Parts: sequence; C-alpha cells; structure tokens
Amino acid sequence: MNGGTIEAPTIEYALLAPMLIVFGAAIIGVLVEAFAPRHLRKAIHMPLTLVALLGAFLLTILQAVRDGVPTTPAAMGAVAVDGPALFIWGIILILAFVSTLLINDDEQFVAQAAAVPGSNDEEEAVRSGYAQTEVYPLLLFSVGGMLLFPAANDLLVMFVALEVLSLPLYLLCGLARRRRLLSQEASLKYFLLGAFSSAFFLYGTALIYGYAGSIDLRAISSSLGTVAGQDTLLYIGTALLGVGLLFKIGAAPFQAWKPDVYQGAPTAVTALMASTVLVAAFGAVLRVFWVALGNLDWDWRPVMWGVAILTMVVGAILAITQTEIKRMLAYSSIAHAGFLLTGVIATGAVEQNRDALSAILFYLAAYGFTTVGAFAVVTMVRDAGGEAGHLSRWAGLGKRAPVLAGIFAFFLLAFAGIPLTSGFFGKYAVFSAAVASDALPLVVVGVVSSAIAAFFYVRVIVLMFFSEPAADGPSVAVPTVGTSAVVALAAAATVVLGVFPEPVLSLADQAASALFVR
Amino acid sequence: MHVVYPAVVSALLFSIGVYGVLARRNTILVLMSVELMLNAVNLNLVAFDVWLRDRLHGGQVLTLFVIVIAAAEVGLGLAIILALYRNRRTVDLDRLRALAEPAPGDGAASPAPGRETAARAEETP
Repeated sequence: MNGGTIEAPTIEYALLAPMLIVFGAAIIGVLVEAFAPRHLRKAIHMPLTLVALLGAFLLTILQAVRDGVPTTPAAMGAVAVDGPALFIWGIILILAFVSTLLINDDEQFVAQAAAVPGSNDEEEAVRSGYAQTEVYPLLLFSVGGMLLFPAANDLLVMFVALEVLSLPLYLLCGLARRRRLLSQEASLKYFLLGAFSSAFFLYGTALIYGYAGSIDLRAISSSLGTVAGQDTLLYIGTALLGVGLLFKIGAAPFQAWKPDVYQGAPTAVTALMASTVLVAAFGAVLRVFWVALGNLDWDWRPVMWGVAILTMVVGAILAITQTEIKRMLAYSSIAHAGFLLTGVIATGAVEQNRDALSAILFYLAAYGFTTVGAFAVVTMVRDAGGEAGHLSRWAGLGKRAPVLAGIFAFFLLAFAGIPLTSGFFGKYAVFSAAVASDALPLVVVGVVSSAIAAFFYVRVIVLMFFSEPAADGPSVAVPTVGTSAVVALAAAATVVLGVFPEPVLSLADQAASALFVR
Repeated sequence: MHVVYPAVVSALLFSIGVYGVLARRNTILVLMSVELMLNAVNLNLVAFDVWLRDRLHGGQVLTLFVIVIAAAEVGLGLAIILALYRNRRTVDLDRLRALAEPAPGDGAASPAPGRETAARAEETP
C-alpha cells in the first residue's frame, strides 16, 4: 500500500476552454428548453448561443496570443490543441456565429417537428407562434463536436466527436418549415448514410487497434515501423477509416448524400453544414493521414490521387446538369473538397508539409465565408411557396435586385477562383503546394475542372443579369438585420481575403509552422 | 481459441450488415443492419483487446462508447423515421425519391409536376 494515493490525470482546462464553453452553453440550452416558459425561450437561447460562440472565439485567440501554440497534446494525450487546431477552431467558431444569425430567422424552422403538416396540432402550433427553439442547443452541441473532431488525438475521441457533430445535424436537417417532405427525407438520407459511414470508420478503428495495439494516433504512427506481419489489418483498417472520413467531406465516390441533404435541409442549416463541417472534417482527415498514417503515405497516396481526381471531375461535371440552386452549390462544394484533397496529398519534407497545411487552412477560411454568404443570399430570394430554388426562377434577378444579384455573382466568382477574390488565393496556394510535391497531373486535372466549374458559375451570372425576368418571378425578401449582416460580413471577408490576403496567409503560416503535435 | 475465429465471425457479421444496408428497402431493417455492423465492431474490439493483453483495455472501453453511441443513434434514427412515416405513411426507401437527381427527361423547364404539388400540398402557411 502506498498510502492510498493515486495519480490524478491532468486536464488542461484552460486549453480546452473554448470547447467546454460551447458544450456548457449547449447543456444550459437544454435546461432552458426544460424549464423556461415557451415565450421566453428564444429570447434566452439567442444571446446565450451568440455569447458562447463569441466567447469561445475570443478565448481561442487569447490562447494563441498569450501562450503561443502548445507543443504537447492536452488531456493526457487525448486532445491535441495545436496550431492547426486553434486556427480551425477560430474559423469554425466565426462561421458558426454567422450561421446562427441566419438560423435566427423563424421562417426557416418548423413550429413543432412532431406535428403532421395540415393537422390540427400543426395549426395550433403555428397559431400560437411557437418555434422549435431546440435548434439552438442542437447547433451548439454540433459545433462542440466540430471543435473536438479536428483536435482529437486518438480514434476514440475522434469517433465520439464525429457522432456529437453528426447526430444534431441529422435532426436539424429535418426541421424545415416549408417543403417538409423534402426536409425529412434529407434528414433520413443523411442519417442512414452517416450511420453507415461511421460504422465503416469504427470497423477501421477496430482493425487498426488490432494492428497497433492502441488507438492513440502517435502510437499508431510509431507502430508502423515496429509491428510486423499484420499488414492486412493495417491496410484494410486504413481503407475503412478513410471511407468514414471521406464520406464526411463528401469526396467521390462517397458524395451521393451531399446534393440531397443540402437541397432538403433548411437553408440556414445548409449554410452551417456546408462551411463548418467541411472545415472540421478536413482537420480530422489531415490529422489521421498525416499524424497517424504519415509514414504510410506511399501506400495511401495513389488511392488519394484517384479519389481527388474523381471528386474534382464529378463535382464539376455533375454541377453543370443541375437546375436547383442548392444542389448546384452542393456539387460545387464537392468539387472544392477535391481541390482541398490535392493539398492533403501534397506531403513531403517538413517544409513542404508546412506549405501544404497553411494552404489548406487558408482555403478552408476563404471557402467557408463565401459558402455562408452564398447560402444567405439563397434564403432571401423567395417565391410564394418559400425559397425559389429552381434556377429558372433566378432569371433576371439582376434587374429586380441588382445589389443582391451582384453580391451573389461575386460569391460565385470567388467559388470559381477569379483573381481579386478569396477563392483565387486559396486555389493558388493549394495548387502550388501540390506542384511542389510533384503532383503536376493532379494540378492539371484541378485546373481543368476549375475551368469546367467556372462555366456553370458564369451561366448563373448570365442568367441573373442578361435574361428577362419572369412575370411572376420571385421576390427578394427584405432581409432581417441578421441576414444582411451575414451577407455583408461574408462579402467583406471574400473581398479582403482576395485583395489583401497577407494577414490571414501569415496567420495560417504561423498556425502551420509547427505542424501537428504528436 | 485463435484470434482469427472472432475476427472472421466479426467480418462476416459486418458483411451481413453491409449487405442488409444495400439490399433492404425497409428503413427500419436498414437501421438494424447498421446496428449489426456496429456489433461486429464491438466483437472485434473485445477480441483484439484480449489478444493484445492491453493493460488499459482500450478496446473494451471503446466498446462501451460504441454501445452508448449506437443507442443514441437508434433513438434519433427512429424519431426521424417516425416523423417521416407520419407524413408519408411509408418507410420504403425506394419511394423516398423527392430528392433525387432530375431525370433526363424532365430537366430544364420545371421540376416534375407531381413532386412540386406534393411539396406544395404539405406546406404550412
């Protein structure tokens, strides 16, 4: 007996504070749902959510400024709050804050999710002016999961984060007020495919655990050189793990859910999903493939090449055939995931890894803002039956609402990567990193599919400005303060990152300078 | 017992789950197939844990997490399926085609009329 003392684990609460604040606010949100009277709930939720996200963002910055980038993983090696993780947290928190302003719009969400449309329950719920305020705690839980996902330093934490991120999103997708059938169908499809893919992720985890004897990313990395004769476990495990992660970023051939879910979900939720989930998932992809499987890159790189090429081509080509604005943006998001994957492949010496990582981080920031802005514009163009999704309805929008159409055109040009927009520098950085690592064919495919993608972006612009507006065309809703703030902020970010990218580029460089902690 | 037995059983279970997800058209059965896949993972984790003589029992701990999260997932999935069933009176996956790629024929001009009216009919004011 040694006096009955045990060694308590050390948890760096200060480092994890941004995440803890978000989760804490989510739990308070659940309590508010339980105890606050109905008419007060929204008035409590909205400030709580915004303050929590803003507070977490400020803490993240404070962390980076005051202590610099930590060099060891936190929480007994379970969570790695390093430079890339802090940068990604910053992006996710701002984007989530912005999306919350969009979600604030009551029109988007169903009054009572359990009520059947057209039934007495539904009428009663609508008449009493209820709104499904559970949206806010769900959003916070999901954002908390997104913060944990790219910072997870072992596969168990990563799996838990994956589920905490996804489960609230499945529900949020099904809460649209209009086009309820589409919304619920999107929710179901997202749920089934998400559960399917996380089962793959888990089976991969189990096999890699069998190979390495540990689920810690660092231990997996060091086992690559020492364990002999179990290569089957390792290769199958890596493949299955990859399936689970690539599904989350929507890389081909696992992209099928993206257009359906983006189209069916309430547009504010789509804005959140399209921007933050991609950012978080790329953080996790990088961590798994660079930290845990970095020494295996000769084996996974050819497969990743194929996936990246397929993703870019499928995203760009299928987008041309789309007639629904949200579906088109979903395919564009698939193509962008492909461009980002070229950065993931661009590994090499330490210096090369730094460049690639900083390029990916900058791209994620640029793409996230533009996406939120584009979906915010989509929420404002309305028909009698809700948002005017069909592209033909957008004809002549430039004559009706020149400012709005102009901003949307600007976002589309940023997606296409035209100089003087943020998309240009993002693409340039990623592609130049890929060229530096001898992936020239990949970059050629990337540039060609960018050109194909530019075709359909320009097609929408032509449609908006150079065709006659339909007689019964959609009206542009007077934006709420929140929505106009979102559009303004996203447009400003797209301009600033395109004209004067230096500060953010150097910030991304600093974040990437120490690479991932191990 | 050689570790290959549980590993093979688990692989078979996982394959049955994958087959079920791909072949079944009833949403509830698809959900059950996903559960089957998760249970294959559990079996695998516990077997490897014993095989590796893991002092910290990482595999068994992970199994507990998987069980809890699978339970949460089922609860959520059934809620979504129930909400859908109330609207549609069906849980057949093949009939949930409101969100699909536009068929080559009905493309450019307008979305399929049936789909549009179905979507309009259930809109709330």
